[in-house]
Amino acid sequence: MNTVTAQPASQPVKWHDRSLTRVPYSAYTDPALYAHEQQRLFQGPSWNYLCLEAELTDAGSYRSTFIGETPVVVVRDADGEIYGFENRCAHRGALIVLDKCGHAESFQCVYHAWSYNRQGDLTGVAFEQGVQGQGGMPKSFCKEEHGPRKLRIASFCGLVFGSFDDDVPTIEEYLGEEICERIERVLHKPVQVIGRFTQALPNNWKLYVENVKDSYHASLLHLFFTTFELNRLSQKGGVIVDASGGNHVSYSMIDPQAEKDASYKDQGLRSDTDRYRLKDPTLLQGFKEYDDGVTLQILSVFPGFVLQQIQNCLAVRQVLPKGTDRTELNWTYLGYADDTPEQRQVRLKQSNLIGPAGFISMEDGAVGGFVQRGIAGAAGQSAVLEMGGDSAESSEGRATEASVRGFWKAYRKQMGTQIDLRGDAL
Amino acid sequence: MNDLLQVCEFNAAYARTIDTDALEQWPAFFADDCHYRITHVENEREGLPAGIVYADSRAMLEDRVSALREANIYERQRYRHVLGMPVITKAEAGAIEAETPFIVARIMATGQTELFASGAYHDRFARRDGRLRLASRVAVCDSTAIDTLLALPL
Repeated sequence: MNTVTAQPASQPVKWHDRSLTRVPYSAYTDPALYAHEQQRLFQGPSWNYLCLEAELTDAGSYRSTFIGETPVVVVRDADGEIYGFENRCAHRGALIVLDKCGHAESFQCVYHAWSYNRQGDLTGVAFEQGVQGQGGMPKSFCKEEHGPRKLRIASFCGLVFGSFDDDVPTIEEYLGEEICERIERVLHKPVQVIGRFTQALPNNWKLYVENVKDSYHASLLHLFFTTFELNRLSQKGGVIVDASGGNHVSYSMIDPQAEKDASYKDQGLRSDTDRYRLKDPTLLQGFKEYDDGVTLQILSVFPGFVLQQIQNCLAVRQVLPKGTDRTELNWTYLGYADDTPEQRQVRLKQSNLIGPAGFISMEDGAVGGFVQRGIAGAAGQSAVLEMGGDSAESSEGRATEASVRGFWKAYRKQMGTQIDLRGDAL
Repeated sequence: MNDLLQVCEFNAAYARTIDTDALEQWPAFFADDCHYRITHVENEREGLPAGIVYADSRAMLEDRVSALREANIYERQRYRHVLGMPVITKAEAGAIEAETPFIVARIMATGQTELFASGAYHDRFARRDGRLRLASRVAVCDSTAIDTLLALPL
């Protein structure tokens, strides 16, 4: 088998050169590749989800978060604009901001009191002129030449993204038309945060992102709906993969014709299948809020953002790498700002489906770890991704790994290990 | 028995029920019309109402036990709860409010034990026929992060 080697040449991860259907297990364990990802991918031409505009309500509101492993600060300034910069003092590299969120007129590093404005410019150096004529910075020291790296910031439907790369495409271009529409579908009016939870995953970040994109596993791993007979046979669904491969939507919706047919069949089936039923079915009693009949929409943006609508349960998820085999998954549960108390209660009850203890998501916290432990010692072996063929394109039905292959298409492009489907020399 | 001792006894039985895998008996510690939620200090401080487990009836707790038994997939594990001394914050004829600190170790099938959660129960008990039942228990964790997943209740 011909293989291509990722750059730099010392990179030991061997990629299949003609197909997206194989993923070398070393991609989840190799420290050199992990370091390379930080530089080429997270600090490369990608848009990384940072926070919601709803979390930066007024001038001075800030949040500290990460792009890949790099700590960053996102802040709204008095001009109403959102700015972002590395959370690293230009002096010795200490964190500038220590809290997760807050309100600031300006920022000051605690170590030697170097200070910064809300746009990340170095504005003050303690004892710059020395003390009583002693010490101080050299006259040639120019504050404008020092400062944490600044981010490009883009906001779409209230989602705030940041990039270290000056040449990254606009956010709309990066998302593509179909993904934009699907985000607008959910975030069409102001949202409110109703809770935040972090799940510490015992696996490489890519295993979680693949899991999100993997519509094949849903009905096989997650048995909650099946066990309690909450599945609707009358559902149809599909997967949308954007041109880059990196962004996806998987959805299911009510098929009105099948609904009509199925309700007939249901009559005869009820009697012998009443073994497991929810004692409190209000858990899932929702209300219709989208006209298109879509009851589930899972959307991901490369590299590590997820927007989720499961019935009336809304959330965004941020995937942060914390080492080759550790990942932080940050859940932000949402409601709409104009929710009635009854609608809010529905969302709170349906949120039992998601998060670290979610009836249909707790397994996702564990399976990545099962893979990470399973592949120990198998660096020369590969995962197989052939469900639904070898393409990374949109399709009807959910028994496909098309969007997982899409992830690898985008990943390999950004990492410089592109595949050559035509067999031409690279 | 005074309120403090009664709450201590209640909590000891509650912890033992979970730690000995008698989960089917766990919902009986709650009133029919109860509130149970697992959250953490930051959400509480900001007044954010969501929980990683959120129930507003005992039937929902029973459903959670059924789901853990029949539907959800997770590695075999058990807990060891160590509960501190309750602070009775309010005591009336039919009701007691209390806060009790907890530490929960998780023991995995692999034999590994680790500190899984620490925090405090913020409780409202209802007394009927001399017996206490939880009208509300909010398990407020100190950490904002849950390792891997939370299957068994706190």
